This record gives sequence, structure tokens and C-alpha cells, in this order.
Amino acid sequence: MLRGERLVVGGVELKSHLIVGTGKYASFEQTKKAVEASGADCVTVAVRRVNILDKNQENLLEYLDPKEYKILPNTAGCYGVEEAVRTARLARAAGISDLIKLEVIGDPKTLFPDTEGLLQATRILVKEGFIVLPYTNDDPIVAKKLQDAGAAAVMPLAAPIGSGLGIQNPFNIRIILETVSIPVIVDAGVGTASDAAIAMELGCDGVLMNTAIAGAKEPILMAEAMRHAVEAGRLAFRAGRIGKKLYANASSPIEGMIE
Amino acid sequence: MIVKLNGQSRDVPADTTLSDLLSELRILPERVAVELNFNIIDRDSLQRVRLKEGDSIEIIGFVGGGSC
Repeated sequence: MLRGERLVVGGVELKSHLIVGTGKYASFEQTKKAVEASGADCVTVAVRRVNILDKNQENLLEYLDPKEYKILPNTAGCYGVEEAVRTARLARAAGISDLIKLEVIGDPKTLFPDTEGLLQATRILVKEGFIVLPYTNDDPIVAKKLQDAGAAAVMPLAAPIGSGLGIQNPFNIRIILETVSIPVIVDAGVGTASDAAIAMELGCDGVLMNTAIAGAKEPILMAEAMRHAVEAGRLAFRAGRIGKKLYANASSPIEGMIE
Repeated sequence: MIVKLNGQSRDVPADTTLSDLLSELRILPERVAVELNFNIIDRDSLQRVRLKEGDSIEIIGFVGGGSC
């Protein structure tokens, strides 16, 4: 299956297949520069209490203009259906859009999703008109159930959040791609450029990452590397790779050899 | 009177509206969502809603974050 040329999130066609997080940067200035270097035109942001003690606090959205970037609020850090739904409603009320990257986390050590809660929360939010992009594990059955529940995309993990382990089960990601018709965006676990390229070579519609860029020694350089990796992976997928063989297959003709 | 704002006790004058509270905090309503006793208050209603003793208010906004 050749999936869409462009990644479409919430009815909006994005220029890039890369979505980046905005956490863990040294400053908003660095966040902005890294986002620019990544080429991403969709960024995810967390929903938190406003710091009421610091009246001069800067706002992230002054650096990432919602007119320029598609803002994808997330329910990061939510451990239950109720908390995730409440956070999603607040995100919408804060006035960006109906988009929500839904996270219902099941365990603080692995940060693996609680897929039962995720499905419940997806159903509730879809009914309320949200465009739900659930962060899920690499389980094709759950991916199918999320699609049936009305999710706008599925975001299976490559590996645990922030682990940098890369795609641990490319076969499951492939099966997910064959199972659902909605966009598949690998979310979490990417460590370096080749991991992002592999996700795109598999045929994924997009990759979402935060720590791999923000945690690199040179975040802005890594952001640029990720831009190239995602583009290269996408091109390789479209080009169609050669089959793998056990033995050599010469690329120069046999004919015309000097004797 | 005492209300709870983002989890902390705060003394506010009687008859304070949510809109007054935001101005006092120098927070632009366009950038935040306001929840009063677990109910989200529309931006248009901020001027009308007056606080009562013991009310719990959450003012939330967007911060840098990826996953978790």
C-alpha cells in the first residue's frame, strides 16, 4: 500500500512528515531554532497550570506562532481516562483547535500506554468532536480498535518514551500499516537519524520525536539530521527497496570481460 | 475571601470576577483555559462569573512538552 504523499493531521496537509515535541530544551529560543532546523510544521505542546507567581513569564507560543505551526496539544503525564479527557477539554478551551495527541499512561517506569484506558478516552473525545491522535503501543489489534473508535491517526511507539532505543519491532509496525487505513505516525523511542529513516522506509506516514533532538549534544544539528532522515526514508520507501538476498549479485556486466 | 488558585490558597476581594483575576495576574485570556470547580468557563463568560469563598480555579496554558 502506498500511503498518502503528505501527512494529513486534522484535515490539514503538512509539509513535513516530522512532528516534533517542544520539551526539554534549554530555552524557548533554542526550541524555536531546533523546530526550524527540523523542517517540521507541526509541533506538540503539553497542557499545564500557568505559573501565577511569575508575571513576566514568557509564553512558548510567542516563539512558535500558531499561524505558522500546527499546534498539537497533548495529554502527556495523564494516568487515567478522566484526567486525560479533562486535559483534552482544557486544551481545546485554551483555543487552538480540536486536535489532541492523546496519552493515557499506564506505568511511570516504562511510560507504556494503558491501552484499555486509551480506547475509552478515544471514544469519549471522538464523540465530543475531537480529532484524536492516540499514543499507543505497537499492537496491531489495538491500532485497529483505535481506528474503529474514530481515531484520526495511530501513533505507535518505536520503543519506550525517551529511551532512544529505536524501532524495536519493525514487523509489528509493518502489520499496523497493513491493518489500518488512517495515518500511522511512529511516536517515541527514536534515538538517532537512522531510527527515523527506518520508520519512514517501513512506509509510516510520519514520525514524532522530542528527546532525540532536545537531548542531543547539539540539538539544532540533530534537528537538521532528522529532517534529512525523514525525507530520505520517505524517498526510499517511495523508490521501493531491492529484495534481500543471501549471496552476491554483481552490478557490472559479465559480457566484455577481457580474457 | 479565600479561593484555591492552581492548587494554592489565595485571598481575593469579594465580588471578584474571573476576568478581574486574570487581569490581576496579567494573563491574557486568549492564551489560557479557565476551569472553575471542574467546569470549563467560556472566554465570553469570564466577565460575568463572580468568585465565591472556597471556589477552586485552574488556569492552564501550553508549555513545552513531547510525550509524558
